[in-house]
Amino acid sequence: MDLKAFAEEVGNQGPVTVVGGRTQWDVGGSVASGTREVRAPAGIVEFEPAEMTVRCGAGTTVAELDAALGEHGQCVALAGDDGATVGGVLAVGWSGIRRLRQGPMRDVLLEARYVSGDGRVIKGGGPTVKNVSGFDLCRLLVGSLGTLGFLGEVVLRCRPRPAESRWFSGAAEPFDLVQRLHQPSAILWDGATTWLLLEGHPADVEAQGAIAGLAEAAGPPAMPTGGRVSMRPSELRSLTGDFVAEIGVGVVHTAGPAPKRDLPSDVAALNRRVKQAFDPNGRLNPGRTVAA
Amino acid sequence: MDGALVADLQQALAPERVRVSPLELDLYARDAGIVAGRAEVVCFPLTPGEVQACVRVCRTHGRPFVPRGSGTGLAGGAVPIDDPVVIVTTKMTRILEVDADERVAWVEPGVLNLDLSRAVAHLGLHYAPDPSSQQSCSIGGNVATNSGGPHCLLYGVTSAHVLAVEVCLPDGSLVMLGGLDPEPAGYDLRGAFVGSEGTMGIATRIAVRLTPLPPAVRTLLLDFTSVESAAAAVSGIIAAGLVPAALEMMDAEITRAVEDFVHAGFPRDAAAVLLVEVDGLPGGVDAAASIVSDVGLAHGARTVRVAADEAERALLWKGRKSAFGAIARIAPNYYLHDAVVPRTRLVDVMTAVYDIAKRYDLVMMNVFHAGDGNLHPLIVFDRRADGVLERVMAAGEEIIQACVAAGGVLSGEHGIGLEKRDYMPLIFSADDLDAQARLRESFDPDGVANPQKVLPAGSRCGDLQRVPEGAWI
Repeated sequence: MDLKAFAEEVGNQGPVTVVGGRTQWDVGGSVASGTREVRAPAGIVEFEPAEMTVRCGAGTTVAELDAALGEHGQCVALAGDDGATVGGVLAVGWSGIRRLRQGPMRDVLLEARYVSGDGRVIKGGGPTVKNVSGFDLCRLLVGSLGTLGFLGEVVLRCRPRPAESRWFSGAAEPFDLVQRLHQPSAILWDGATTWLLLEGHPADVEAQGAIAGLAEAAGPPAMPTGGRVSMRPSELRSLTGDFVAEIGVGVVHTAGPAPKRDLPSDVAALNRRVKQAFDPNGRLNPGRTVAA
Repeated sequence: MDGALVADLQQALAPERVRVSPLELDLYARDAGIVAGRAEVVCFPLTPGEVQACVRVCRTHGRPFVPRGSGTGLAGGAVPIDDPVVIVTTKMTRILEVDADERVAWVEPGVLNLDLSRAVAHLGLHYAPDPSSQQSCSIGGNVATNSGGPHCLLYGVTSAHVLAVEVCLPDGSLVMLGGLDPEPAGYDLRGAFVGSEGTMGIATRIAVRLTPLPPAVRTLLLDFTSVESAAAAVSGIIAAGLVPAALEMMDAEITRAVEDFVHAGFPRDAAAVLLVEVDGLPGGVDAAASIVSDVGLAHGARTVRVAADEAERALLWKGRKSAFGAIARIAPNYYLHDAVVPRTRLVDVMTAVYDIAKRYDLVMMNVFHAGDGNLHPLIVFDRRADGVLERVMAAGEEIIQACVAAGGVLSGEHGIGLEKRDYMPLIFSADDLDAQARLRESFDPDGVANPQKVLPAGSRCGDLQRVPEGAWI
């Protein structure tokens, strides 16, 4: 299926939702019942390793993309469970646990071709790694939960796969580690144990591991999946209960549901104006909202 | 002059911070580019509240406003069109807060880019985006244009470093976009605002991410006998799976000009040089430096010079960053382009660009961010010469078309402003432009913030924008 066919399927009438891998399906609320479902095109359209960018259909799974890039020693800073699609994880906008080093998902999307509320194919951004031509629709779309437009095809920034990745764990004080280590990939903490991911040149991983003074570990801990809370990194010190926190980042994975967040009324009004401008009839993903 | 408008602005600020003298209006009629407009009045607020007051006076008098930082922009983004009030943020220069633990600084928009890095250096931190104009450009201006710089190859451009921004919206209200937590609720309106070139409001306070200084740095200077082989080496370095911190190219003319200016030992007989920097932890840095050296030599580099110490490194960078000062010794005017092409197309596009300059009988130099494909063809000329400006503009247009034909975009870090506004349809369809206009309209429904910039007339359905009569070149 090409973009044009996808746009025709989205059409310009009636409530419609785009389905990816359904791995983050209830983020921001449930889609209103009776909403028509569509799926974005899948498959890698163009991958030029020497360019370190990849163009693919939004319906491509993150796993398929990762495998294709891995053959050339590259990766993208997207994360998702089994079956998650590129378009799906971008629309939700939740960065993976390597964010401390890789940066947030919002920096990955270079060009987006999406279908608007009135069924037109719109391009935002551009295919080059650097671009300030026009307004930044790409960052607006990341994390928009498909309420402003449905991603159809994207160009993503690739990065070299690290030569080595090693997990460590132990009882070290995690806030201190953020300051002592240079660009660790992840520091996780559950209130008692610290997990550390170091990636890069083997000699650097070895040296930084020695500084950290932790034992080699098999991998990260099992993450609680009840809720996801966004906090200032300095506020994490006071956490209690059942959680795993991304130290230095501020994302907290909790067993219980995350508390509801209210936008300040002025920002909420601006959010509503943007939604109104992009989807005046409110037909894209009704029931889901970024303000929750 | 609108006496009532000026009186209200003077009342809102202070008489000495509202300027209407012809000399000052002239000064603020242009930025560092070559397009000029006309300012009606220029004001200098000191606080977010004073910015709001200026915007509200504009609303009362039915005047548009143009936000302005240091005026180092090259695309005409700060050029006043439609007799607006120019609101200058250069007197808002306080660094409000530095949190070394969270690596965040709150700054006022007029803080100069390099001043922030200097102020946090003792904490082992810096502000990563480093435009060549970093000694004089402001963070507020950087936010408006989503500025880049040599080290943005690895660290990302301004948008990747802005966590939150307090904005005076075109209706005069203040809102806080983004936040210091990693996933603020709502749409990423901070992302939408960064790079909006003053068309969505005025940044009044900005929270930026500070980046640790790298433990190890290696700076290499590679010297080539042809531009093509240097460009091929750039593609080769990226193809080797390396993202250096910076990867800059200077061609023969600019290298000579720079060497005569700073005496850093740049080879005066090189056809092109690459200035490459790798940073990080020592193991990775050593490995990356040897890859850069090997790829360079494989592509015919005559010499690979590695900066022996911080002084030598600083001197090489001084050479790169003073390129625009150096060319002032060659001709009084220059026109600097800013297109981006896929890195794999660098060789073809460079060849095409030199051909264009030759056909128009113009002196062209290239000093640019080769690693991210961000070309800066720079045409030097003397605008007093008959007909030269027409040739400069015509060549410029052809350069843009060549870059777009190679799959490139109009601007990598300078912005669209006025200069490239009418080229937007080269890369965007009417539907694409309509979507951008809708975004802008959500922030500024009446089109009073920096009117006529970025989007060409007619971008929005039913758009009644006029062509900018007040603009001339």
